[in-house]
Amino acid sequence: MLKGKVFKYGENVDTDAIIPARYLNVSEPCELAKHCMEDIDLEFVSKVNSGDIIVATSNFGCGSSREHAPIAIKASGVSCVIAKSFARIFFRNSINIGLPLLECGDAVDNTNNGDILEVDLSDGRIKNLNTGKEFTAETYPDFMSELISAGGLIEYTKKKLEKE
Amino acid sequence: MTLIEKILAAHCDKKTLNPGQFINVRVDMVLSNDITAPIAIREFNKIGVKRVFDPSKVVMVPDHFTPNKDIAAAEQAKMVREFAREQKINYFEIGKMGIEHVILPESGLVLPGDVVIGADSHTCTYGALGAFATGMGSTDIAAAMATGEVWMKVPPTLKFIYHGKLGKWVGGKDLILYTIGDIGVDGALYSAMEFHGKAIDEMDMDGRFTMANMAIEAGGKAGIFKVDRKTLDYIMLRQKRDYNIYEPDADASYIKVIEYDVSTIEPQVSCPHLPSNTKPVSQLDNVKIDQSVIGSCTNGRLDDLRLAASVLKGKDVNSHVRCIVIPGSQQIYLDALKEGLIETFIRAGAVVSTPTCGPCLGGHMGILAAGEKCISTTNRNFVGRMGSTKSEVYLANPAVAAASAVAGYIVSPEEI
Repeated sequence: MLKGKVFKYGENVDTDAIIPARYLNVSEPCELAKHCMEDIDLEFVSKVNSGDIIVATSNFGCGSSREHAPIAIKASGVSCVIAKSFARIFFRNSINIGLPLLECGDAVDNTNNGDILEVDLSDGRIKNLNTGKEFTAETYPDFMSELISAGGLIEYTKKKLEKE
Repeated sequence: MTLIEKILAAHCDKKTLNPGQFINVRVDMVLSNDITAPIAIREFNKIGVKRVFDPSKVVMVPDHFTPNKDIAAAEQAKMVREFAREQKINYFEIGKMGIEHVILPESGLVLPGDVVIGADSHTCTYGALGAFATGMGSTDIAAAMATGEVWMKVPPTLKFIYHGKLGKWVGGKDLILYTIGDIGVDGALYSAMEFHGKAIDEMDMDGRFTMANMAIEAGGKAGIFKVDRKTLDYIMLRQKRDYNIYEPDADASYIKVIEYDVSTIEPQVSCPHLPSNTKPVSQLDNVKIDQSVIGSCTNGRLDDLRLAASVLKGKDVNSHVRCIVIPGSQQIYLDALKEGLIETFIRAGAVVSTPTCGPCLGGHMGILAAGEKCISTTNRNFVGRMGSTKSEVYLANPAVAAASAVAGYIVSPEEI
């Protein structure tokens, strides 16, 4: 069960906003985390605590394919991202590296910045502890659940190669 | 089946495919660059295989922060170079290097019917050649380098038909900006875009590369064109291996068919801070600019430089504007030299850079200060994309960028 404070953003949060390209001359997760969300929220890095949750409206993570974006979010301590929809490459990258994403429009519409959410990844249940309201996110297709339970794409690939 | 479904089916040995289906496809080329390859190499090393699945099908291009902009960038480029040498994969060193999405088609590394994945979102550019090409992250690239395969969800396809004849200063950039303006930055989310119509048939390859390149700006997984005489002429001197040509079936199923009459479309400008925020250039009222960038994987090809030079010939870049021209590859640089384009740029007061992604992503070679505005032939105008978060980027075609450099404000080439 995940529990954390919400950082809420709007639509089309792009990967340049999540981690600006000027910091891409390094790839270490802890270095990237120092600049996470910097161009749209200067206070994010100082205010985020381990377990906190990013909530956004549609097309979160659009733009560049940089895996540095979900890496920066994960390394900053964020436990999961909830949005109405995700950009395709960001979605893949997050699943591959083990950053949980949940699609749930109702939860997004009924959550404010600073609210505390409780998230059960096993069944996609999201509870807003400020309002008591509960929501259920879309479930993952079987193939993706397999990837997630394997521990991400690298572990999945390792196991697959061992079998061959 | 649609064009994309045909190509994917052939790469996973299936007779039919339906959107939403999960498949494992064989890849013909796996790409990464100086920013995305370091993570891919790190993840590749965790898998435990010693060699990439096929060195002829893996390519790394140092183009984003190169020639190395600082020590950290140099360390990343060094890591990529060493891996490339050790694995004997395709690699383009400075001097041979160009922007990845310009140089891969130019060198014949991608061909019609291929499945290409790249750790760069603009990998979709190769759809211009009738290939299925899509951007992914570094971990996907690492797994594909090890196995030669990648998992994919078959995307639904949107069909776009462009009727009519293009106006004088209107090209591929304007059609794709117009399309993104119409459907939005997530208008093609998770979908493939198939481009058809008379205006497409008449469009040269460089215009098609520009259109396919920006499919991602509508959220698209791929943007693809049918192979025709122009495609075959383009690859004739470049191909070093066999390829397959696929055609969409007459009864292919599309989620939507969108049609435009291009004869009424004028040059388009995407205003800050989203590519979908488009306006006809005539509706921009006295937007003064500090910089004009002509280049990138979107518009750094020979036709683009010809177009910009035709506007700049015999004119002077405005004294308040820095005009930066970036040929997309060494070959394009040479061709532009032979045609006298480079002399035209320099005499007009523009600076000509070595090939690099450079300013497009705010890397180097033309970063903006707070309050500055830039007209650019690149592909993104997000907040802070080219430098300060208080700067602004306007996207346009090379003729509009050149004309604006002369005028000092955003203007149609008709006006100067």
